[in-house]
Amino acid sequence: MGNVIGIGASPKRKEDQRFLTGRGNYVSDIKRPGMTAGVFVRSPHGHAILRGIDKSAALASSGVIAVLTGDDVADDGLGSLPCGWGITDAKGVPMKEPPFPMLAQDKVRFVGDMVAFVIAETPEQANAAAELLKIDYEVLPSVVGVLEAVRPGAPQLFDDVPNNICCDWELGDKAAVEAAFRKAAHVAKLSLVNNRLIGNPMEPRAAIAEYEPGTDRFTLWTTSQFPHVVRFLMGALVLNIPQHKLRVVAPDVGGGFGVKQFHYGEEAVITWAAKRVMRPIKWVASRSEGYVSDRHGRDHVTEAELALDETGKFLAFRVNTLANMGGYLSTFGPNIPTNLYGPLLGGVYTTPAIYCNVKVVFTNTVPVDAYRGAGRPEATFVLERIVDVAASEMGIDRVEIRRRNMIPKEAYPYQTPVLVQYDSGDPMGCLDGALVAADVKNFGIRKSESARKGKFRGLGYSTYVEACGLAPSRFAGRLGARGGLYESATVRVHPTGQVTVMIGTHNHGQGHETTFAQIVSDKLGVSFENVDIVFGDTDRVQFGMGTYGSRSLVVGGAALSKATDKVIAKGKKIASHLLEAAEADIQFEAGKFSVAGTDRAKTFEEIAGAAYVPHNYPLEVLEPGLEEQAYYDPVNFTYPGGCHIAEVEVDPETGTVTLVNYTAVDDVGTVINPMIVEGQLHGGIVQGVGQALFENAVYDEGSGQLLSGSLMDYCMPRADHLPMMKVATHSTLCTHTPMGVKGCGEVGTIGSPAAVINAVVDALSHLGVTHVDMPATPNRIWRLLQNASLPVAAE
Amino acid sequence: MKPFAYHQPAQIPEAAKLLTSIEDSKLVAGGMTLIPTLKQRLASPVALVDLSKLGGLKGITDDGATITIGAMTPHAVVAASKLVQTKIPGLAALASMIGDPAVRSRGTIGGSVANNDPAADYPAGVLGLGATIVTSTREIAADKFFLGLFETALEPGEIITAIRFPVPLRAGYAKFKAPASRYALVGVFVAKFVDGVRVAVTGVGPGVFRVPPMEAALSENFDPSAIAAIKIDTDGLTSDIHAEADYRAHLVTVMAKRAVDAALS
Ligand SMILES: Cc1cc2nc3c(=O)[nH]c(=O)nc-3n(C[C@H](O)[C@H](O)[C@H](O)COP(=O)(O)OP(=O)(O)OC[C@H]3O[C@@H](n4cnc5c(N)ncnc54)[C@H](O)[C@@H]3O)c2cc1C
Repeated sequence: MGNVIGIGASPKRKEDQRFLTGRGNYVSDIKRPGMTAGVFVRSPHGHAILRGIDKSAALASSGVIAVLTGDDVADDGLGSLPCGWGITDAKGVPMKEPPFPMLAQDKVRFVGDMVAFVIAETPEQANAAAELLKIDYEVLPSVVGVLEAVRPGAPQLFDDVPNNICCDWELGDKAAVEAAFRKAAHVAKLSLVNNRLIGNPMEPRAAIAEYEPGTDRFTLWTTSQFPHVVRFLMGALVLNIPQHKLRVVAPDVGGGFGVKQFHYGEEAVITWAAKRVMRPIKWVASRSEGYVSDRHGRDHVTEAELALDETGKFLAFRVNTLANMGGYLSTFGPNIPTNLYGPLLGGVYTTPAIYCNVKVVFTNTVPVDAYRGAGRPEATFVLERIVDVAASEMGIDRVEIRRRNMIPKEAYPYQTPVLVQYDSGDPMGCLDGALVAADVKNFGIRKSESARKGKFRGLGYSTYVEACGLAPSRFAGRLGARGGLYESATVRVHPTGQVTVMIGTHNHGQGHETTFAQIVSDKLGVSFENVDIVFGDTDRVQFGMGTYGSRSLVVGGAALSKATDKVIAKGKKIASHLLEAAEADIQFEAGKFSVAGTDRAKTFEEIAGAAYVPHNYPLEVLEPGLEEQAYYDPVNFTYPGGCHIAEVEVDPETGTVTLVNYTAVDDVGTVINPMIVEGQLHGGIVQGVGQALFENAVYDEGSGQLLSGSLMDYCMPRADHLPMMKVATHSTLCTHTPMGVKGCGEVGTIGSPAAVINAVVDALSHLGVTHVDMPATPNRIWRLLQNASLPVAAE
Repeated sequence: MKPFAYHQPAQIPEAAKLLTSIEDSKLVAGGMTLIPTLKQRLASPVALVDLSKLGGLKGITDDGATITIGAMTPHAVVAASKLVQTKIPGLAALASMIGDPAVRSRGTIGGSVANNDPAADYPAGVLGLGATIVTSTREIAADKFFLGLFETALEPGEIITAIRFPVPLRAGYAKFKAPASRYALVGVFVAKFVDGVRVAVTGVGPGVFRVPPMEAALSENFDPSAIAAIKIDTDGLTSDIHAEADYRAHLVTVMAKRAVDAALS
């Protein structure tokens, strides 16, 4: 039976052995015979007409093999980069969906837009030749902010997209909301900006493409979170390569956070080019290149209003948002600020009427798409901020107003007015747990200590829920998804009893090789070491939608659980034959098939052996072999959530905000590996803290230049920015996933920004400060304090 | 990075000769500033002249009233030096606040001073202490050395060999780190000598500069309160996505007070 490590244990991560000893296999580690180097030439302008490209000097440069441009793409009749979601406006009119050519044609629409691809023997030669391209741009004014982009007279990105509005989307019962506002005792209002973010995975994007004339097959190695989806989108919709002639491999990938869950033009260009030059080509992005080409996240401008009765009960919530899409529609782009945003505006509260309008807007910036949390952090931020505003305006304690409006545990399943139905949850339990863990009752003492040092201390709450485990295909289809969102797993039991799992999710830091092995070890009673998880290769794995939206365990793990159940079911049939007992009498427990009530049993290994050496085997009714596959399409989203409490200290002299304490009590359903869950929460919280206090992608209006174009100007959170965090789970079980799991990949990022900003506002509330936009930088805080004309703190 | 020739001379005259005879050649010390600019193809010298094998450029010596730090001495060595910590603790503290451990292990005082980045830390220490820049051909007073944005009094082919610091009665450095880069958004070095106080500011404008009103006030009364009301003019100060000019000006006063505090502690 060996070393079973099951559900609830915290073994060290299997994959870390190779990562920590430098034996990972990343795209840029791969070398192919005869490999060449590719370099993308990108627009230095935010907005310009592309009048012509003179390739002659570049082509004559040493080592150059080819220079490809948008004209070559057009000549070969290739498709546009597809958008995976088609949303519609209130009248059912489809969104505007202008083409997104893989190399720019006629016009460039953001700094970083791809204009040409230079292929040479070495990267140095390709770079040198790239500098020799003569590109004739007629520069146009850029528009980068959403407010500016929808103003009359703003620069227009596309001739047929008036006012740069891609879609004017809405959700909810507008009339019911208006009626509720008319009878409200109090209306809280809030205008806010949700800052633009750059994902910054540790490993920059990279790709290698190769064409094999002997088999007429293409292979693309790419830094992707979803290789099968890349194969589908690129093969079927862009390059017209039949699926069986295209292999996409995403080997070890160094972090994604969403940045790598899109089909990028680079992938299509390099695959197409590999056949044109009949040599493998490698491209590895520099960090700076990533800044102007990795899809960005967030970037909303929002007006929100909350109607309350005299007791502080929420009557209705109205939200109007302008969401930045950047220069083109990326793979999930229009889905993020709409379907992943509006349905979350109910939060953990019983608000009966909600209306949300989102104008999805094109600007001369990098396309915006999903970034860890995707839509849900934005919704949580608006809601959790305005709850605090309402509490303070009505003189109700912030915890008390939350309690008065929270969905009680007994009310689940709970149907919200914005499509989603929460299956399970206990927000009050999370809140109570967090209040104790954060030692809120002694906050006053800590605040006085800070005051003695001339510092302002504040406490902030965020009680939130999110929707993850993307997604029920039928539901997603109604909302505009153009694909399914199930997951698949194959469990291959070898003749000697070891197990290889082929799964369609992708591990790029989450610890799947460990978590999934624990599930198999637990269910089959095989040794943890005897389970390997295979992912990321369309030639090895049957199919899959990949990893994003906290779906891997929830959807992929469910498929794995089902496939494992099928293995057990087949094992029982084999055992019933070998043990000469009725199938119904066979029990499977702790790696043994036994006849109930007897000591007659066969081990899992014996059954595997019999399946592959079927001498004594019911061949008439049962196929040999022991390998099962399952697809799982969820029946609902899962709804993890919880309560986060942030405690900050503000230095009024410099405006610096220091996060001094952080507590999270989250409901993530069943916990498979507590250590990994804690790690996911830590990482998620840090990214949320990054958004709240440090990170900001800033563009220059007019020129469209990215001002925060490197780590010198884009501030990532670092270890010394953070306190030791207190992280705990308070779980209710999901009622519809096989193991009761809810997912934990994004909760940290979703809950934390509001907690941190609520704490900052609390610290400054005695000065009349009611809101602080993110990131709460020292300069911004100092400016607020100036405007609050603070009697300057202790000199 | 574009291809370049690489030289590793053993003598200063040989290095100076290579520099003047090869057009478009550049010295490389720790490479922490130069190599990234080469990688980004922002500079493309035809030859690099590496200072690392030159004798006599590394190390710290005690000359009684002064201490001399060789140009090739890395920041980490200055930060950890018992001598510097004892005689000019503010300078050791400054070196310890530069970049991260990797940068402090490679980056050198000579490279930092020669580069004169407007947000670098050493220029504040060098100007604040009224140090002398010793080069392959002459000695230059700090007050005459820093000429503006990345500009110094160095002539083509001139190599910094050492920096000589007078030992003050007290000195302190306070740095407000730029959030992303952790260079100085505002850095203030304060040094008290028998004949008066020097205050040098980095990070806020095109180059390091002194603040005479603060120097006068602190010479009268070496206490943070003496300068609490002295604000510097925002004219010519940098305004960028991290800090507007008036915020930088405000921070100069705050950091100057903290530098005095540090000097007193
Ligand atoms: C991530 C990072 C963070 C950093 N953070 C900080 C910070 O917080 N504060 C700060 O002050 N600095 C910071 N730096 C810069 C660092 O201190 C560098 O070490 C320093 O600016 C240059 O020193 P170097 O020895 O690396 O010089 P190099 O990069 O080798 O050379 C820099 C320039 O000086 C010239 N030069 C070098 N030595 C001499 C000499 N002896 N005589 C004449 N010319 C010479 C070179 O030709 C070149 O033009 C940071 C750098 C990095 C990469």
